[in-house]
Amino acid sequence: MADIILEARNINKYFHDPVDVKVLSDITFSVNKGEFVAVTGKSGCGKSTLLYILSTMDTDYEGELLIDNISMVNKPEPALARVRNEKIGFVFQFHYLLNEFSVLHNVMLPGLKLNRYPEQEVEHRAIEKLNMLGIEKLAHKKANQLSGGEKQRVAIARALINDPCIIMGDEPTGNLDKKNSEIVFDIFKRLAEEYQQTLLIVTHDQEFASRTHRIIQMEDGKILL
Amino acid sequence: MKLIISIAQSLLLARWRQTLIAAIGVTFSITMFVSLLGFMNGLNEMMDSLFLNRTPHVRLYNEVKPSAIQPVYLSPAFRSGHHFIHSVKASSSRSDIYNSGAILEALRKDERVVGVAPKILLQAFFREGTVDITASVNGIEEYQENALFHFAEYVVAGDASLLEKEPNSIILGKALAESLLVNLRENVQLTTADGERFSLKVVGFWQSGIRDYDKVQSFTSLSTARKLLGKTQNYITDIQIRVKDITAAPALAREYSRLFNTSAQDIQTLNAEFETGSFIRSLISYAVGITLLTVSGFGIYNILNMMIYEKMDSIAILKATGFAGRDVKRIFIFIAMSIGVFGGLAGLIMGFLLSLGIDQLPFRTTSLPTITTYPVSYDPFIYVIGGAFSLISTYLAGWLPSRKASRIDPVVIIRGK
Repeated sequence: MADIILEARNINKYFHDPVDVKVLSDITFSVNKGEFVAVTGKSGCGKSTLLYILSTMDTDYEGELLIDNISMVNKPEPALARVRNEKIGFVFQFHYLLNEFSVLHNVMLPGLKLNRYPEQEVEHRAIEKLNMLGIEKLAHKKANQLSGGEKQRVAIARALINDPCIIMGDEPTGNLDKKNSEIVFDIFKRLAEEYQQTLLIVTHDQEFASRTHRIIQMEDGKILL
Repeated sequence: MKLIISIAQSLLLARWRQTLIAAIGVTFSITMFVSLLGFMNGLNEMMDSLFLNRTPHVRLYNEVKPSAIQPVYLSPAFRSGHHFIHSVKASSSRSDIYNSGAILEALRKDERVVGVAPKILLQAFFREGTVDITASVNGIEEYQENALFHFAEYVVAGDASLLEKEPNSIILGKALAESLLVNLRENVQLTTADGERFSLKVVGFWQSGIRDYDKVQSFTSLSTARKLLGKTQNYITDIQIRVKDITAAPALAREYSRLFNTSAQDIQTLNAEFETGSFIRSLISYAVGITLLTVSGFGIYNILNMMIYEKMDSIAILKATGFAGRDVKRIFIFIAMSIGVFGGLAGLIMGFLLSLGIDQLPFRTTSLPTITTYPVSYDPFIYVIGGAFSLISTYLAGWLPSRKASRIDPVVIIRGK
């Protein structure tokens, strides 16, 4: 019996502007530890909206969300921020590194925020993650001196720094060329298989999805079985 | 907290030019605030010293006035009913203070009193040819008068201490000496109200800065004054008191009046309008200073707002990776406060230097013999107020933008791309 990391129960979501539109209806599914899951569907089917709800950043929904068997409903904003910090790693389509900081510092930031280890230890772990992804040479460069593929790998290293329960990706390869997409996909695959890292990736790339362990197909705000 | 500071630092340094301009805005306004207030306070203090320093806080004397208790009140036979008494006159009661030795003794022991100076006030005619000039003669204790009312500072020629050393000596008001055409070490003829004639030696000239006042003032020692009046030891007409807390002067005046059974006058009643003038001058300079600070506050507000628009993405990613709204708020408040602290500190230093500069400018006026440069106050209170205002205004300027930053919804930013 595998541990359940993420569980969504009957999630409904409406957009209220300009008229009430139901964008997610009755979403129920769970993700087990170590699973590599892809959520696919056409543009506008609600897959990104779902991801933001699952990531706790969007709190305007009905239903129940459990991360690591703890309900996220009605938690105050600082507590949700803490959950994101500790249990979720993010990789976005656009890379969102802080240009004012070096690569190493970018990776360290969530770790420093969590404050579980002293600064030297966080630095050591950050270098470890960069090593793992083969980009240790970039550690002391400024974030805005990197190429797109390199930035995305730094973002993955940052997502890994606190050993999260789950990594969430919103079209992580959507803005990369074929070669870099391949590199990023291989990293995800390796994380899932070698390190038993749970991954939930939203993508419209059918080829990417087909190579994961499990595909959740969405259409018009519903999960197709 | 250390992390928040380091993030704030990086954001600051990334836009160091704008930051510098914002800080310069604060520096400029604090500089102006401090030097303006210092200058204004300096002028106020000078004005104060012109009048207030030479005025006793409480003055005890015997006023010539009709007795409050008429004999008829004392008679048991007329106790009931209302008395109509016409043409009440002041009796020729004694003008000196009764039991002055004991009063002086009691006042010197009083904790609230800084010092007491006894004084004899009399009127005399100075004779020059066929002209008689009326003037006041103040019999003073030179040492006490100096300690309490800076007497020697206003003696522009000659030596004030000779008053005690040389018998039958006098210090004339400068304007009085000019109309009498006397120089130092020369004698003046003087006739008292009782018709006694004396010849006194001029040992100094005194100048208060108010010409009409200088024309009718002269000073001599207590013993010489007693000699002029033909009175014995202990004859004193006035007791001048300087108290520790000037605001308590009216209450003390009432207390002493009751206790020693004399008339008492306090400085507030005497100089009420003067105080109002000082207050309004201070008020104006504070208003100007606060206006400057408000303007610089808007500068900080603008720069932080711009920074937040620019750093939307960074704020979104910080929030996505686990920074709560309050952390983001702290980052921007910290940025605002560091602009305030450094700008304010630089402003205080610059303000001090500017004050030193103003202090060097020559400023001479015949009515103020002791002043040679523009008066500037270095009252620490001004600097404390300046520093506090710089912190408060930058906090307020940073508060709104940082609240806005803390409320940025990361989903909107990340989706919006």
